[in-house]
Amino acid sequence: MKPEFGRNPQLNRNGELHHLLSIEGLPRAIVERILATADGFINVAEREVKNVPLLRGRSVFNLFFENSTRTRTTFEIAARRLSADVFNLDITRSSTAKGESLLDTIDNLTAMQADMFVVRHAAGGAPYLIARHVAPHVHVINAGDGRHAHPTQGLLDMYTIRHYKRDFSRLTVAIVGDILHSRVARSDIHALTTLGVPEVRAVGPLTLLPEGLESMGVRVFTRLDEGIRGADVIIMLRLQNERMRGALLPSAQEYFRNYGLTPERLQLAKPDAIVMHPGPMNRGVEIDSRVADGAQSVILPQVTFGIAVRMAVLSIAASSQRIQ
Amino acid sequence: MIELDAEAVYRSLAARLREEVVGRDIRLVGVHTGGVWLAQRLKQDLHVSHEVGILDISFYRDDFSRSGLNPSVRPSSIAFDVEGSDIVLVDDVLYTGRTVRAAMNELFDYGRPARIDLAVLIDRGGRELPIAPTVVGRRIEVPDEISVVLSRDDDGRLHLTLEQRREA
Amino acid sequence: MKIAIRSGRVVDPASGHDAVADLFIADGRIAALGSAPDGFAAEREIDARGLVVAPGLVDLCARMREPGAEGALKREMRAALAGGVTGVVCPPDTDPPLDEPGLVRMLRQRSREAAGARLYPLGALTSALKGEALAEIETLAEAGCIAFMQTGALPQDNGVLLQILRYARTFDLPTWLRPVETTLAGDGVAGAGVVAGRLGLPAVSALAETVALYTIFEMQRETGARIHLCRLSSAAGIALVRQAKREGLPVTADVCIHHVHLTDVDIGFFNPDYRLDPPLRSQRDRDAIVAGLADGTIDAICSDHAPVAEDDKLRPFGEAAPGGTGLETLLPLVLKWCGSSGVSLTTALSKVTSAPATILHEPTGRLALGAKADVVLFDPAAHWTVDRAEIVSRGGSSPFSGYELLGRAMMTLVGGEIRFDRAYGSGGNGR
Repeated sequence: MKPEFGRNPQLNRNGELHHLLSIEGLPRAIVERILATADGFINVAEREVKNVPLLRGRSVFNLFFENSTRTRTTFEIAARRLSADVFNLDITRSSTAKGESLLDTIDNLTAMQADMFVVRHAAGGAPYLIARHVAPHVHVINAGDGRHAHPTQGLLDMYTIRHYKRDFSRLTVAIVGDILHSRVARSDIHALTTLGVPEVRAVGPLTLLPEGLESMGVRVFTRLDEGIRGADVIIMLRLQNERMRGALLPSAQEYFRNYGLTPERLQLAKPDAIVMHPGPMNRGVEIDSRVADGAQSVILPQVTFGIAVRMAVLSIAASSQRIQ
Repeated sequence: MIELDAEAVYRSLAARLREEVVGRDIRLVGVHTGGVWLAQRLKQDLHVSHEVGILDISFYRDDFSRSGLNPSVRPSSIAFDVEGSDIVLVDDVLYTGRTVRAAMNELFDYGRPARIDLAVLIDRGGRELPIAPTVVGRRIEVPDEISVVLSRDDDGRLHLTLEQRREA
Repeated sequence: MKIAIRSGRVVDPASGHDAVADLFIADGRIAALGSAPDGFAAEREIDARGLVVAPGLVDLCARMREPGAEGALKREMRAALAGGVTGVVCPPDTDPPLDEPGLVRMLRQRSREAAGARLYPLGALTSALKGEALAEIETLAEAGCIAFMQTGALPQDNGVLLQILRYARTFDLPTWLRPVETTLAGDGVAGAGVVAGRLGLPAVSALAETVALYTIFEMQRETGARIHLCRLSSAAGIALVRQAKREGLPVTADVCIHHVHLTDVDIGFFNPDYRLDPPLRSQRDRDAIVAGLADGTIDAICSDHAPVAEDDKLRPFGEAAPGGTGLETLLPLVLKWCGSSGVSLTTALSKVTSAPATILHEPTGRLALGAKADVVLFDPAAHWTVDRAEIVSRGGSSPFSGYELLGRAMMTLVGGEIRFDRAYGSGGNGR
C-alpha cells in the first residue's frame, strides 16, 4: 500500500483533526473532545444571541453533489452560528458531467478564498480525493460519501446517546434496517466501538446486511425481536424507496411486518430504551408513528444536537495548526 | 515558589466588594475556573440571592487563529436574564485584560446589562487593553515569566502560587 | 545482422536451459547456443555479463489504444520494448471494437510501421462486442486475428453464448472469455469481502466468476470449444479451473500480474490506482492465485496493460477508470513473484514466454535453434522507481506508482533487430 494512502489523512502531523472524513481511524480522545465541545454550543443555542465569533472571517462552502436540504441546512446554521460566511453550491451530477471535473470545481472555489468545504457526494471516497488535493490550510468535512461514511451524523448520534445514557461502557445498541446501503450505519458502528460500547447489533434481512460486520465488532441478527431484546438504544434507519420493490425486498408492507418498530415490539427493549432515527422518517415503513412520536423517541432532540455537534466539528477542524 | 495567603487576599476582596455593592441587587458572574470559585464564595459571604453565572470564554478568545480552540471547552451557563441586570464579573487574576474583554463580549451576547463591575482577586498589572477593575484583593508585580495561579483544595480553601511559566 | 550475445545467463523456459552461455543470432533467427556456428563473424558483440538473456516476453493482454487514439500504438509499442515485451496480444475493446477486417488490417499495418513488438490482434467475438450477435470471425481470422474475445463479461444470453461457441468450433477458432456473469457482477467496483463492506463500495461477488465458469465448462463439454479464460481472480474460481483441467477440458487460463501481488486491503483510503477489473480480492484469493501458478492451474501471467490518463484516475474510486499501465512493470513484478514464492526463474519466466506462446499456438517465446530471434536482455539487479518520468507509456498511473522495483529490460530484440537499447533509450546507464 502506498504510504500516503495508508496514513489517515484526517489528522495533521500533530495528531490534530484537520479534516473530518470518517469516524474510522479517529482516536477516541478526539471523538470525546468533539462531544465535550458540543456541550458548550448547546447552551449557545439557548441564548438570545445564538452566535459566537469563532469563525468570523472564514468562508465555509457547502458542496452538495447529492441533494439534501436538511443536512445542508443544519451545516449552514452551524457555520452561521460560528459567524462564518457561508456559501451554498448545489452541484447536481449533470452539471459536473458538463465538463468541469470534481477537482477543477475545488480549485476554482479555493481561488475564491474558501477555508472549509462541507462535501456530500454519491461516490464513496470523494472527500478523500478532495482532501488530498486542497491547499494545506483548507479543511474538508464529509457530509456523506456514497455508502461509506456520514461522520457528523455518527457523532451527533453519539452525543444523543451520551445525553440520555451517560455511560457508554454498559450499553446494548441495535441498528435496524438497510445497513448495506447506509453510511449512517457504518459511521455509527465505528463511533460506538470507538467509545467502548460492548454490544453493537445490526438487524436486517440478509439482502440488506453487508459482509464483514463481525470483523467491525457487530453482532448480526435477522429477526427484529431478538435484535432489540434488552437494548438500551435502538437506531432505526431509513429505508429508501428504490429498495422497496424488486429483489432486495418485496414491499414496504412486508418490511414493516418484519422490521417495523411498533409499540409492542419496543417493549422487548429495556423500559428506558431510547429510539433514534437519522431522518427523514418513513412512518409506517420502518417506524410506527406511535413510537416516532412517543415518550421514548429522541428523534427531535437529535436535530438540535446535530447543530451543536456540527459547530464543534467545524471549530475543532478550523483550529488545527497548519502543517509545517 | 512563593505563597501568598489567598484566603487573606480573598477576605480583603470580599470586604471591598461588600462596600461597593451596598443597596444593589447584583448578579455574580465568574470566569472559569478560578473566577467561578470566587463568585461562589462571594455569593455566600455577600448573601447574593441569584445563582452564580458561569462563563467559559473559549469561544470568545482573540487568539483562535494562532492557538486554536481550547482542548477542554466547558459550557457557559447563566440562569438569570442578563438584559438590564447589574452584574459583577469575577476573575482570579487580571493581567493583559484580554480574558475580561472576551468575557464581556460573551456576556453581551446574552443580553444588554445595565452595568458591569469587575472584581479580581489579584491585579498583576501588564495590561494590553484599556480594562480597569472596580475592586481588587491585592495588587502585585511579577515578571512576565512568572504565572500567578489560583487553586482550591479538597476542603474548599483557596491557594495562590507563583510558578515559572513553561514555554507555550 | 550477425549478433553474438556473450556471457549472459541464458534462460529458456521451453527447454529448461539456465546457464551462463553465449547466444548467436543470424538472419533474424537463433543460430546457436553455446559455441559459435562455423565461420560465424559477429557484426555486433554484446557483453551480457550480469544480465539474463531470455526469450522476449509475450503479453497476453496489452491495450495499444488503437483504433481509438491516433498515434497511441507507436508509443505503447515503445513501452512494450522498454518492458522487454516482444509479443503483444491486444484485446478487441478498441474504439471502434475490432469487428471489421479492415480495422484489423490497418492495425497490423500500423504495427509493422511502428517496428515495435509483434502484434497478435484478438478479434471481437460478437458484433460491436455487444454480446448479442456473432461477428464475422472467420473473415476476421483470415485478416489476421489469432483468436476471438468477448471482453468485460459473458454474453448475458446463455443461448447466444452456446451458439457462439458452436460456431467458433466449426472453424476451430479459439475463444477467449472473461468469466464474469454480468448480473451478479452488477455495478460492483471492488471485490466482495470485508474491505468492500467496510468502505461501503458496491461489490463484485466471487459468484460472478464461479457461476460464469460453471456455465462455460458445461458448454465446453457440450461443444468441445477451445477456450482461454482471461483474468481469474477468486480462489473458488481457480478451484473450478483445476477440476476442469483434471477432467481434461481444453481450457487454459491467465491472471493479471497485479493480482499476484495485491489485495483489496491495498485500496487503503479509496486509492483510485487500485481500481482494477477484475477487482482486487482478499488474501485468500491471492494465495490461491499463487498456488494456481505453482501447480499449473494458471498457465500464464499478463500485464492487462490499460493506459489511463491521469484525469481519469483523479476521480472518486467508483468513478475512476479501471486499470493501469503494465507493460513496463510486468517483468520486474514477475521477478518479484519469483523471489518471494521460491519458484525457479525458469518456471517464473515460462508464465510470460513459453506458456503464452503455447496458448497462442505461435512459434515464439523460446530460444530454440531456428526460431525468430525475439530476445530480451534484462538486469535482474537494476533498481528503478515507478514514476511518470520513468514510464514510456501514455498512461502514468500504475498500482505500483512510487514503488521501487527490481529488474529491468536493458535491450530488446525482435527478429534479430535491436529495437530497444536502454543505453540510448529512456534513462538508465547503458552497456
